[in-house]
Amino acid sequence: MKGRIASWPLGLAALLGCASAGSEPATGPAPQAAAAEAEAFASTYQPLPSQPTLIRNATILTAAGPPLQHASLLMQEGKIVAVGLEVAAPQGVVVVDATGKWVTPGIIDNHSHLGVYPAPGTQALSDGNEATDPNTAQVWAEHSVWPQDPQFPLARAGGVTSMQVLPGSANLFGGRGVVLKNVPSRTVQGLKFPGAPHTLKMACGENPKRVYGSRNRFPSTRMGNVAGYRAAWIKAREYREKWERWGKSSRRDPEKEPARDLQLETLAGVLDGKILIQNHCYRADEMAIMMDIAREFGYRIAAFHHAVEAYKVRDLLAAQGICASMWADWWGFKIEAYDGIMQNIPLVHEAGGCAIVHSDSEEGIQRLNQEAAKAMRAAQEMGMDVDREDAIQWITLNPARSIGIDRWTGSLEAGKMADVVIWSGDPFSIYGRAEQVFIDGALVYDRADPRRRPRTDFQVGLVPEVVP
Amino acid sequence: MNGVARVARSAGWRGAGSGRARGAVSLEREARAALWSVGVALLLAVAAPAAAQTVAIVGARVHPVSGPPLDGATVLIRDGKIAALGRDVIVPPDAQRIDATGKVVTPGFLDSATELGVVEIGLAPGTVDASTEDDRITAAFTVADALNPQSTLIPVTRVEGITRAVVLPAPGASLIAGRGVLVELGSDRATEMIQKNPVGMFAVLGEAGAEKAGGARGAALLRLREALEDARDFAANRRSFEAGQRREYAMSRLDLEAMAPVIRGELPLALSVDRASDILAALRLAQDYGLELILLGAAEAWRVAGEIARAGVPVVINPFSNIPGFDNLGATLENAARLEAAGVLVAFATFDAHNSRKLKQGAGIAVAYGMPWEAGLRSVTLTAARIWGIADRYGSLEPGKDADVVIWSGDPFELLTRVEHVFIRGREVPPDTRQRELFLRYRDLRSLPGARP
Repeated sequence: MKGRIASWPLGLAALLGCASAGSEPATGPAPQAAAAEAEAFASTYQPLPSQPTLIRNATILTAAGPPLQHASLLMQEGKIVAVGLEVAAPQGVVVVDATGKWVTPGIIDNHSHLGVYPAPGTQALSDGNEATDPNTAQVWAEHSVWPQDPQFPLARAGGVTSMQVLPGSANLFGGRGVVLKNVPSRTVQGLKFPGAPHTLKMACGENPKRVYGSRNRFPSTRMGNVAGYRAAWIKAREYREKWERWGKSSRRDPEKEPARDLQLETLAGVLDGKILIQNHCYRADEMAIMMDIAREFGYRIAAFHHAVEAYKVRDLLAAQGICASMWADWWGFKIEAYDGIMQNIPLVHEAGGCAIVHSDSEEGIQRLNQEAAKAMRAAQEMGMDVDREDAIQWITLNPARSIGIDRWTGSLEAGKMADVVIWSGDPFSIYGRAEQVFIDGALVYDRADPRRRPRTDFQVGLVPEVVP
Repeated sequence: MNGVARVARSAGWRGAGSGRARGAVSLEREARAALWSVGVALLLAVAAPAAAQTVAIVGARVHPVSGPPLDGATVLIRDGKIAALGRDVIVPPDAQRIDATGKVVTPGFLDSATELGVVEIGLAPGTVDASTEDDRITAAFTVADALNPQSTLIPVTRVEGITRAVVLPAPGASLIAGRGVLVELGSDRATEMIQKNPVGMFAVLGEAGAEKAGGARGAALLRLREALEDARDFAANRRSFEAGQRREYAMSRLDLEAMAPVIRGELPLALSVDRASDILAALRLAQDYGLELILLGAAEAWRVAGEIARAGVPVVINPFSNIPGFDNLGATLENAARLEAAGVLVAFATFDAHNSRKLKQGAGIAVAYGMPWEAGLRSVTLTAARIWGIADRYGSLEPGKDADVVIWSGDPFELLTRVEHVFIRGREVPPDTRQRELFLRYRDLRSLPGARP
């Protein structure tokens, strides 16, 4: 199919608006695979069969308001129908008594490599970094994702219902990321979050300059990195203009149709506002430079990832509405991580920014709730006014926002997808464990029921039956 | 050497622990796995007030570890030691009195495997002293000589209640990595910091060991046996060696010397090994040579818990480990609980430098996954002390022991619990860390010099 840019479905362009704060939850049906039919490798995700379920008498963190005590949540046909103190139980609904338990939205990790760096971590399965050229904007992480990665169910046991899988950070442009729903599936298309915009991973700083500098290739410095980004955007502009001219020409002479270039197609998609930039960047000054490049070429950065020094430029991030994805406590493993502090996340939050706890780790993704708790504790220790209703947003609504899916998931509000976790207790306690996980209203994990703890093909026959 | 290769090399323990070969570039995780350093001028000297203090902590729930918890008890610290403990302790008039009503008091925690003090910034060559590629000194290599008490990592770690650590070398040229050292984290002199040197001989088996020995597990075991045989022969025939009358050894003279206490069973051999079959091979090796064995990592230890228990071999595990690999298909967060139930001595380690402070979270996870709470606490205090041979001085709150004492706002494993006071050998650790300074500097952006971005 030629002319892909010109014929890009309008639906995706509309999605970009969803990446802004406070967008209204969709009341209509969530976009299904049909909406993305024109797209290559379209999502075939279908919600699993579900029963109408009423969770009763729980402490509910909605991520959209103050905590609710002794509250109820009703799910029907994959959607949240009602959340509140008084929710009527329809006929035939499954009632879950959640006395003493807590309920939160499904956890969302906006920086994962599950499936592209699967377990077992052997070279043969290591597919996360196409480290062969500083610009590999043409590769798509979804083409590396192994749906049988046993790390998916481990993350599910940690309450993770959606995640963004990114390609690696060796390159200035690493390729496209993909947003997945965390359900069992034979194909990656069956995991793809319907309607989620495509994303593009960019990387600042030490990684690209080290990877290519060590091979005596360009770039070997930060200034080389920046020259590389700018040169690519200039080409992308030309490419985009070429297609625009062709699209506008009255007689579309097939002979003169521009040739498709997968790399430039991705970059042009960013300039069109259809693909969200996910920018690996540690240092404050570099984030400011990346903001300038975005301004120069007229695109928007959805989120900085790792953002170890986000606290130093939190005012700039908040002013521009750029999310910062951060670790609670990782620091020092490289020079650009040396100024890491445990109040990074709460400081960005306090400044009115979009603060996110991300994992970038197959271990960390299993306990993002604990990571958020550590950041909350560090804030409280320094007298900052941060509580659970703030911290829950760092691992639900804000990551959803950063990847353009917040109108469908990320908070417990009527009309949103029923992505819901029942915890044994306070999710910010070390002892709080996900007991039941619902995705689109379907029970996909139940700690008490081995049949609801699906194992991947890899685990069958090889991995003994063990508790996560 | 390019950065990626270097990192891959120094990522030894993590690699060994998880059996993960990330190949070209999972840059972030490789970088984090690398640990280390020297040479960074510290903004914050490790301020350890020299004067011996007398401190009375009163009113707390005290977990002595060696016995049942006491409510409303007093812990008296004098001259760096626990002087008294109990409900009827009389507080001397000269004592600094800390009202800890409603708080929890425990011994300081011990990370049983870390690279604290020999790694400053993982990816900054020159700040990493955790391993050597010099194959003449792989067993003789010791991290003690490079310890940097001014490392910024140390204050960051100890304000979280971690007061001692086993600092181990990472495998370099050989599957024998060298000798580790047990340190306390409250001194500004390396000599004072060192509690036990060496504390163990460290080596890798399993996939990581095989890699270093030509690609087969059998070769790795052969190498170890050869080293042990040589060390034995050398020890018994020193004079003829010096006269040049002995056969050639596989190891250098310095390495042979270093191995001598290992073959005498005086210095533990700490073997990093995950797969159940490799663990059994390690047990056989230890039995054949009469070694004091410690298992490190041991992700599949629960599958052979009975054998480990019968051999009386302690296990140091990473409580976060549950990602399956071909060396650890049976990895589970219940490893600790199952080993404890089988009667194995279990201690916890982070196998990390910067994130050594996550030790208490790890212990909490083990408890959340079935380990009794008291056993979880023992694993980072008294059991660790027993395993590493310092239980006479550290690991429980008993009169005469070193006063490593932490006052917590609540359950030490809880993520929202704050550390309120940390004493290491009776001296209170200041709250200052480089990270705290950075926080305070950036607390109010308008007050920064050149505040406009």
